[in-house]
Amino acid sequence: MKIKDLSLEELFTSGHTACPGCGGAIVARIAMKVFGKNTCAYFPANCLLVFGGTYPYNAFKVPYLHVLFENSAVCAAGISRALKKLGRDAKTVAFAGDGGTADIGMQSLSGAAERNEDIIYICYDNEAYMNTGIQRSGSTPFGAWTTTTPVGKKIAGKEVFKKDVPRIMMAHDVPYVATASIGYPNDFLNKLEKARDMKGFRYLHVFAPCPTGWRYDPAKTVEIGKLAVECGMWTLYECENGVFRITKKPKLSPVTDYIKLQGRFRHMTEEQVDTLQGWVTEKWEKISGETKG
Amino acid sequence: MKRVITGNYAAAYGAYLTRVDFVAAYPITPQTLIVEHISEFVNDGLLDAEYMRVESEHSAMSACVAASATGARTYTATASQGLALMHEVLFIPPVLHLPIVMPVVNRTVAAPIGIWCEQNDTMPQRDTGWLQVYCEDNQEVVDMVIQSCMIGEHKKVLLPSMVMLDAFILSHTVEPVDFPEIEEVDKFLPKYKPEHAYLDPKRPMVLGSFTPPEYIQEARYQTEESMNNARKVITDVTKEFGKTFGRDYGGLIEKYRCEDAEVILITTGTVTSTARLVVDQYRDKGKKVGLIKLRFFRPFPLQEIKELGEQVEAVGVYDRSMSFGTAGPTYIETRYALYGYSIPILNFLAGLGGRDVTIKDISFMFDRLLEAKKGKIKNEIVWIGTRGVEP
Ligand SMILES: Cc1ncc(C[n+]2csc(CCOP(=O)(O)OP(=O)(O)O)c2C)c(N)n1
Ligand code: SF4
Repeated sequence: MKIKDLSLEELFTSGHTACPGCGGAIVARIAMKVFGKNTCAYFPANCLLVFGGTYPYNAFKVPYLHVLFENSAVCAAGISRALKKLGRDAKTVAFAGDGGTADIGMQSLSGAAERNEDIIYICYDNEAYMNTGIQRSGSTPFGAWTTTTPVGKKIAGKEVFKKDVPRIMMAHDVPYVATASIGYPNDFLNKLEKARDMKGFRYLHVFAPCPTGWRYDPAKTVEIGKLAVECGMWTLYECENGVFRITKKPKLSPVTDYIKLQGRFRHMTEEQVDTLQGWVTEKWEKISGETKG
Repeated sequence: MKRVITGNYAAAYGAYLTRVDFVAAYPITPQTLIVEHISEFVNDGLLDAEYMRVESEHSAMSACVAASATGARTYTATASQGLALMHEVLFIPPVLHLPIVMPVVNRTVAAPIGIWCEQNDTMPQRDTGWLQVYCEDNQEVVDMVIQSCMIGEHKKVLLPSMVMLDAFILSHTVEPVDFPEIEEVDKFLPKYKPEHAYLDPKRPMVLGSFTPPEYIQEARYQTEESMNNARKVITDVTKEFGKTFGRDYGGLIEKYRCEDAEVILITTGTVTSTARLVVDQYRDKGKKVGLIKLRFFRPFPLQEIKELGEQVEAVGVYDRSMSFGTAGPTYIETRYALYGYSIPILNFLAGLGGRDVTIKDISFMFDRLLEAKKGKIKNEIVWIGTRGVEP
C-alpha cells in the first residue's frame, strides 16, 4: 500500500491537542488508518494519552484503555487474551513512548514478548520523557540536552548512548520487529501492514521527532525524520520470522547535517560531535555486517 | 463433596467453581500452591481459562485489569511482597468498576524478611477501594471466592475483592472442606455479563481516560457509594448462600456468644477459632464475654460495631499488624465506629511476623478487658509477648 491509498477516514481525529508538528501524532494517525476500526488500543501515561483526549473529550474512534505507565505490553496482552476467550475477534495494539518502553516498561515488554502474546506494540520514539517536560530516557541520544541532562558548566548533555531497544526485542525471537520513521511514510506503512496481518508478538519502533523537546521549527518534523535515517542516527530495518533486512540504506551523511537543525544539540563540542559520529559509524558497521542489505 | 485440602487448594478450587475466564498470577510463598493448582487445573482441561504466567505481580494485576475491562471474569492470587508490588495497580479496578477476585495469603512484609502470618500486607491496601474479607477456615475460603464473584459483580457494587487467608495456618494446613458441585454453583452464580463499560470496537469507549479535576471527585464518590451499597449486598448474598449451601456466615460480622456479653473481643482470621474456645472456657466460669469475628474490613461494619456500644462495657480489638504512629488498623476503625461511647477500648497486638497466638494470649486479652470494665486500664495499646515490653 502507498500513502495515497490509505483510507480517508480518520480514526485518530482532528481536535487532538498535540503540539504542531508532533511526530507521535503522525504515528498514531497513520497506524490507526492501517489497523482500522476493529481494534482495541492501550495507551500508557505519555504525551499521546494526554493529547488523545481529556475527559469528556476523545480523539480516538476505537476503544482504548489506560491503566498505568509501565505495563503497556501486559495490558495489551490481557485485552488480547480476554478477546480470545470471549470469542470476540479484534486486534490489540499498544502505543507507548520511548520512556514507557526502554526504561520503566521494559520488564512487562520482555515478558509479553517471551510469551509471544498476540499484540502489536508500537513505540513512538521522541527520545525523552516529553509528557513530564523533556527528561532524558534510555532512548535519548548521546550529547542531547534534556531537563535532566542540562548544559552545565561541568557536564553538558547526555553522557551515555541511546539504548538499542529494537535489537533487544529481536533477541526475543518474536515473529516481527521493525524500525520506521515518520520521514519515510511508505516504508512505515508497509511495516504496519505486515504487522497487522501477522499473529503473535509484533514490535514496531518508530522514530517520531518532537519539535517541543528537540527545539526545532515544527515545520521540519518530516525533514528531521528523513535526516536521522540519512545520517545513520536511526536505521530502517525489519526482522520477519528471523530474517533481518535493511529497508532503507543510509547515505551516511555527516551527523552534523542532522544535529545542526536542533536546539538540543546546539551546545555540543567538536569532541562530543566526534564521539557521536563514531557511535553512528560503529553501529552501522555492526548492522551492515549482519545483513546483505 | 467432602475433601481434606489446604487453604490454597480451596482458593484455587474456587477459581474452577466460578469458571473464571482469565487468570494471571505470579508465585510467592505461601501462595505458590494456588498458582500451581491453577496450572494443574488448566493443563488437565478442568479449568477452561486463559492463563497468563506473567513475569511479576505488577503485570499480573495489570493483565487482570485489562482482561476484566474487556469483559472477562478474572482471578489472581498473591501475598506479601507480591501485593505490595501490585499496590500501584490496585487503585485502578475499583474506579473502572472491575470485579476481579483475588485470594491473598496474609504474610509478613519485609523488613525483616519472613514468610509467616501478618496482616501488614493487606491492611495498607485498605484505602484502594477493594472489598476485603478475612477468612477463619478453608471452608470459608472457597465459599468466599464464590460469594465474592456474586458480591463484586452485583451491578450496585462492581468492585474487586480480596479474600484473605492466614499464611500456613490456613494456606498449608489441611482441613475437611465441603465443595459444592460446580453445577450447583452455576445455578447460584450467573455468568458474568458486564453491562456498561468494557472494551468493544462495536461501541468504542475510553476506559481510564486522562481526567481533569472537574470530574475526579465524582469518581471518588462513586467508589464510596459502591462500598456502601456492598453492605446490603454482602448480607443478602450471605443469606442466599446459606439457604443454597447450608452455610450462613452472618454478613459483615459474625457474633459469637454476644447476647448478654459485658466485654467483647473483636478478631479477624484464624485467631477467631482460638478465641471461640477461650470464650467457651470463660462462659463456663460464668464470665460474660463474647466474640465478634470481623469478616469484612472493607466495607467496615460501622453500624454493627456501633450497636455494641449500647450493650457492652469494654471492647478489645485484636490486630495482627500495626499502623506505626497510631495503633492497629482494626482498632483505629473500631474506635471510629464507637465514637461517642465512653467505654474502654483496648488494642491487643500479638502474633506479628507469624508467631502463634495462643489460648493463654487470648485469655490474657479477656482478663484485661474484665479489668478494664471495672475501670482498671494499664495500657490502651497492649503489645502481648514482646521481648522487653510490658504489655
Ligand atoms: C510509575 C510512574 N512513574 C512516573 C510517571 C510520570 N510520567 C508520566 S508520563 C512520563 C514520561 C513519558 O515518557 P515517554 O514514555 O517517553 O512518552 P512521551 O511523553 O515522551 O511521549 C512519566 C515519567 C508515571 N506516570 N508513573
Ligand atoms: S511534546 Fe513532543 S511528543 Fe509531546 S505532544 Fe508535543 S511534540 Fe508531541
